[in-house]
Amino acid sequence: MEYVLYAVIVLGVMGAIFGAILAIASKIFYVEVDPKQAAVRECLAGANCGGCGFAGCDGYAAAVAKGEAPVNKCVAAGAEGAAKIAEIMGVSAGDAVKMVAFVPCSGVEGKAVKRFNYKGPQNCQAAMLFGGKSNMDCRFACIGLGNCANACQFGAMKIVDGVAKVDREQCVGCGACVNACPKKLVKLIPYDQHVMPACSSCDKGAVVMKACDAGCIGCMKCQKECPADAIVVENNLAKINVSKCVQCGHCADICPRKIIKVLN
Amino acid sequence: MLSSIITISLGAILINNFIFSQFLGCCPFLGCSSKVDTAIGMGLAVTFVMGLASAICYVVNEYILVALHLEFLQTLAFILVIAALVQFVEMFLKKSIPSLYSALGIYLPLITTNCAVLGVVLLNVQNQYNFLQSTVYGITGGLGFMLAIVLFASVRERVQFSEYPESFEGFPICLVTASLLALAFMGFSGMSIPV
Repeated sequence: MEYVLYAVIVLGVMGAIFGAILAIASKIFYVEVDPKQAAVRECLAGANCGGCGFAGCDGYAAAVAKGEAPVNKCVAAGAEGAAKIAEIMGVSAGDAVKMVAFVPCSGVEGKAVKRFNYKGPQNCQAAMLFGGKSNMDCRFACIGLGNCANACQFGAMKIVDGVAKVDREQCVGCGACVNACPKKLVKLIPYDQHVMPACSSCDKGAVVMKACDAGCIGCMKCQKECPADAIVVENNLAKINVSKCVQCGHCADICPRKIIKVLN
Repeated sequence: MLSSIITISLGAILINNFIFSQFLGCCPFLGCSSKVDTAIGMGLAVTFVMGLASAICYVVNEYILVALHLEFLQTLAFILVIAALVQFVEMFLKKSIPSLYSALGIYLPLITTNCAVLGVVLLNVQNQYNFLQSTVYGITGGLGFMLAIVLFASVRERVQFSEYPESFEGFPICLVTASLLALAFMGFSGMSIPV
């Protein structure tokens, strides 16, 4: 009988102590959360399905609260949830910018140098398992075996000459291809953005020259000539600042490698 | 002392590997091994928690349970300690090392119910390890878990693209792979060292 009493007391006391420690710790280690983030989190379905492309509902809520993600990405919460979130964030749910996928690579057959002829399973990830993450000389290039095209449920992604190509009218901007691309190449860009550099190579100019006839060599010409100062060459690669770009297309005209593309 | 620690480490990592020869912690082993990256995250989190749990449970066992002759409460008390510990570690990491938290974050709560963690603390008691030995056994046991899960995940990544009968699709082929790996690890039992 004594033992039973002891057991109850010991476990009870241990439980109480641990509970107290956790309670104190939760105050000490309290991480400030943006009240907006908590409010947004309340509106989400809480299924952690990952359909929005973020690491769970908390990740998406954080991105929304920072203004980095559109308010209508939670499929599970639906239009009703999006409207509630929009109210919290002070934007209208409808005016989310329409996004479309974009593949920044111009290394089509004949332009990009192949390291070897890959004959294995027609899957980019499988091709990446062979020697050095790609069958192309350029380690940033699109492998072109169509993981993105298979992931697309809207028939907006096709492989043309060994590089994935997006049909901007068909694309709904769901981002399935972005997640499917093992090279993390596919990006979402605003539908209204018509000028984009179609290359992802961060290699130095000389290396790019050898690997691909259609690669950005970081010559800075676009950066110097852009009338809106919207282009910056970073890591040997031209990048367009979407918020500054005026869509004049001048960079596409002057690019010596013709990799800045005007999208229809 | 040093030799006993080396023996314990080798034993925990290779000879008595938690997964392949003791069959503890098989749930995350199968669940978290579809990608090498997640496997590494899970392995690190388990190593971390197993080491800490071993150290703390040793103290709890030695100074509370043994002192009060309540050894029969070990399983209950250890579960309590592990659950509280995981919660605490999660909060601590979230505040102090957010980068580590975001890497381990989703795996930490899963570990509360990982039987390898409870297994290691119970084995510590069974083998009558002292504080240092317990901690080393916890950490190296976790490293053994990590070795197993990373090996398994890298094999699984390749198995996805190989040809096997359709009826083996999914978990069956994984279990076949796991059993072959376990067989390979059995080779180590030939060199078992007396502890």
